[in-house]
Amino acid sequence: MPALLAIFCFFFIPVLAAFFISFTDFDIYSLARFSNARLVGVKNYVVLLNDPLFWKALKNTFIFVISAGPLSIVVSLIAALLLNSKLVKYKAIFRLTYFMPVVTTLVAVAIVWRFIYHPRFGILNYCLGLFGIHPIDWLGDTFWAMPAIVIMSVWKNFGYNMIIFIAGLQNIPQDLYESAEIEGANRWQKFKSITIPMLAPTTIFVSLITMIGYFQIFAEPYIMTQGGPLNSTLSIVQYMYQEGFRWWNMGYSAALAFVLFIIIFIGTLIQLKLKKSTD
Amino acid sequence: MIKLKKILLHIFLLISGLITLMPFIWMLSASFMQDGHASVYPPRFLPDQFTLIQYFRLFSRLNIGRYFLNSLFLAVAITFISLFLNSMAGYAFAKYRFKGKNFLFNLLLSSMIIPAQVTMLPLFLMLKTMGLINTYLAIIIPGLANIFGIFLIRQYALSIPDSLIEAARIDGASDFQIYRRIILPLCLPILTTLAIFTFMTIWNDFLWPLIALTDNSMYTLPVALANLMQEHVRDPELMMAGSVITIIPVIIVFLSLQKYYISGIMLGGVKE
Repeated sequence: MPALLAIFCFFFIPVLAAFFISFTDFDIYSLARFSNARLVGVKNYVVLLNDPLFWKALKNTFIFVISAGPLSIVVSLIAALLLNSKLVKYKAIFRLTYFMPVVTTLVAVAIVWRFIYHPRFGILNYCLGLFGIHPIDWLGDTFWAMPAIVIMSVWKNFGYNMIIFIAGLQNIPQDLYESAEIEGANRWQKFKSITIPMLAPTTIFVSLITMIGYFQIFAEPYIMTQGGPLNSTLSIVQYMYQEGFRWWNMGYSAALAFVLFIIIFIGTLIQLKLKKSTD
Repeated sequence: MIKLKKILLHIFLLISGLITLMPFIWMLSASFMQDGHASVYPPRFLPDQFTLIQYFRLFSRLNIGRYFLNSLFLAVAITFISLFLNSMAGYAFAKYRFKGKNFLFNLLLSSMIIPAQVTMLPLFLMLKTMGLINTYLAIIIPGLANIFGIFLIRQYALSIPDSLIEAARIDGASDFQIYRRIILPLCLPILTTLAIFTFMTIWNDFLWPLIALTDNSMYTLPVALANLMQEHVRDPELMMAGSVITIIPVIIVFLSLQKYYISGIMLGGVKE
């Protein structure tokens, strides 16, 4: 089967090779002649643990994941609940509208948002100004740069999770609600004791894919802030890209990639464990 | 009471829809503005003098036609090749019996959590040794097949009755004929879904083309835009025109085939 051969050659072998490279001092000299690379054991990983920039990137990525992740899930759940309401007409059009940012090119919308966030001419500050809020230097301020990226990322992908939530909501048997109504349950009670538990597997799936995607954040800070100001938005993948493909410290960069993999792996295990406990 | 609630709900949905679309509306509008007209306070939401000069500039001086064709060629080529390879593998996993099938399939599935970034360094070195960096093949080769595609087609092909395949085999059809005449037509809906997914993923992809394409004339649209942004931070009108050109094709593909796209997401979501 050619597909498996392709996956084997261009996925599995590179994964193993990356693991090997992460134990070498592969750099720009080795790029000219691979034999210049030497095994250095776990040195890359030791350097990494003592590298303040690595910790900074790790911290930024974590802050991003734990703020944008839940926010995106809450927004998409609210959107799904509203669009699932029997009262709403033109559901298809609303669904399409909210979904639009998902399909569009990340680089292009990051550029659009960069101008929207412009401190003087951006439309966001203008709109906030109508409510009496003073202009914010969104991308130039070490405090606001991360929230700016979070807002943009939530805007970009809540539509995706919304679709999955709608599918999950439609799978909940209607008679559950009907029998609850007969017993006199109000709207909130129905939501709490039927919707939330029945939606738990969907929620875990959604948070899993959101987490995996958000841990790999790269283009947003690359386009909007270049990781700045003062590395306040530098992400792991961006740091990996810089080390590997700008400075050609490929051994070190491979170690960074593996740390990212391990983090995603642990995150996945935790979520799967949660899933087991809800089943 | 119900009526009031209904109206309020619709107003809320309308406003959030407008907020969601706002960046696109502004992008489109600013792309038709003269130089400097998007950098004023208070911001204009409509161009006061409509102009196509930004688009002319992109095509005549900044070579965006070339980037557009690069993107289009790569996305179309990879979609067709990977559809072909993935569908064969998906069919085999669904209908053939061979040793270690389940083990292999589970291995593939569990390796889906390995982030692609891990493979990028060795892939770069491999392609560099083969002299393929900065060619179309550098993008095509890693996109030849993908696990998610195989998984999607396998799930779908499982529902094709065995008796159909048996009957064709008794009639003397070869394996490839069965695949070509029976499996492919029956899998058409899922193939369409996968085709849109693949096309959009490749069209929107950024990190790998940024790494693998080093020469200006090979850039895809996202790489070219990111590069352009470095010199034109102060030209929102021009950058918006570039963004419009990049985004329009995916929006067209999505709107015309949205049924397949959305059902694909639901399928992936519910199946887990």
